[in-house]
Amino acid sequence: MRKFIVLLILAVLGYFMFDIFSGLHLGEPHFVNGVKDFYLSKTVSDLHVANTITSIVVNFRGFDTLGEVTVLFLAVSAMGSVLYKKRHEAGTRTVLFASSNIVRSGSKLLFPAIMLLGAYVFIHGHLSPGGGFQGGTIIATGFLLMLLAYRDFKVSHHILSYVESFAGIIFVVVGLFGFMGGGTFLQNFMPAGELNELFSGGVIGIIYVMVGFKVAAELTGLIYTILHEKD
Amino acid sequence: MDEQMLKILEYSIYGASVLLILVGLYAVLTKKSLIKIVIGLSIIDGGIHLLLIAIGYLKGGTAPIFSPGFEEATAKMVDPVPQALVLTAIVIGFGVTAVALSLVIRLYRHHRTLQIDEIKSLKW
Amino acid sequence: MIYVILIIFLLLLMVGAAVYAVVQKDLLYAVIATGVISLVLTVMFYILQAPDVALTEAAIGVALTTIIFLITIRNTLRHEDEYYKNDKLKTPSK
Repeated sequence: MRKFIVLLILAVLGYFMFDIFSGLHLGEPHFVNGVKDFYLSKTVSDLHVANTITSIVVNFRGFDTLGEVTVLFLAVSAMGSVLYKKRHEAGTRTVLFASSNIVRSGSKLLFPAIMLLGAYVFIHGHLSPGGGFQGGTIIATGFLLMLLAYRDFKVSHHILSYVESFAGIIFVVVGLFGFMGGGTFLQNFMPAGELNELFSGGVIGIIYVMVGFKVAAELTGLIYTILHEKD
Repeated sequence: MDEQMLKILEYSIYGASVLLILVGLYAVLTKKSLIKIVIGLSIIDGGIHLLLIAIGYLKGGTAPIFSPGFEEATAKMVDPVPQALVLTAIVIGFGVTAVALSLVIRLYRHHRTLQIDEIKSLKW
Repeated sequence: MIYVILIIFLLLLMVGAAVYAVVQKDLLYAVIATGVISLVLTVMFYILQAPDVALTEAAIGVALTTIIFLITIRNTLRHEDEYYKNDKLKTPSK
């Protein structure tokens, strides 16, 4: 009986949603004289940055990025405080059987290559598709590979929390320096270089490198916390 | 011929994302195991992100990146504002899933079961 | 013409994997179906000309979400209808 009522409600909801969204035709420009023309023109003429998404996320709407990084930090600390009881000692886990030789030697070769790819992606965030969030999650995937292949791979919890706090503090301090240059929080006060060069865009490069470090440290800490659980 | 292809593509992309949202809602409302409810939340997130990016598409458009040699192609670029919003939404959706799963582990340790009929405070 | 047929095939695969993830009672298979949904979403984001979003969804949706679900299933029950551990389909104690 209950499933029948739920199916009826979902059918009515689906009909109304499809009716609304079929009025918007795919491929037509929906917002004429909107903000997208302003953002696309200011990116090349004022900031000399090649990737539009980077300039929107860090410069035009940079306060939302600060809020998102804070939400990730809150999620990791909430997980750590909920699962506090009876953790393993650092480095020992109960596994059913040890990994084979292929997995162990292959992951030892792949780990430096993954770290190099992740660092490349978040350093060149303003020149090609990429940025801080993408590079941070690639580095966290590299650490996950090493944690799954070896039984006694240690990641020191103190170093992770120091790196994360340090990166967050530098983000806020660079934002506070904006008060000296133009008069608002997170104002771009450094000189913008040439288009398609490594040192272009002013403050954008520094902020994205710090966001990359912070996201990598947070996600590695999350995986480490949930892997070392004991029943 | 080109106009008809665009019509078929529009119906299929919007229809697939609305179907994903409905399937996820069915899993949240009907199922009795807590892990199935969290899987339903993750499927709803995927449907909403696809819908947002499909709204910003332009016919014959290209990615909003100014490579060397393409600096004057502003008129044919897709909308960059929904992409910046979805980038934030994916990361926050993952954080919500991680906190929900840690609460599920904690509930299992206290009640020794995962069915919501046994855990009395979640009854409909 | 062949382009539209391939896109429709991918979207059918995505909706089929979503229905399979909801109906299946063994939770290990349902989690892998969620990974398939994220994979097809990555390809769709690339076709709709959004490369940044495709990179983020590929790294977070496929790798990290699946591993978190697997660790939760290891610490709790595996089958959907089990009430208590080592006691399949036992009637609930009233």
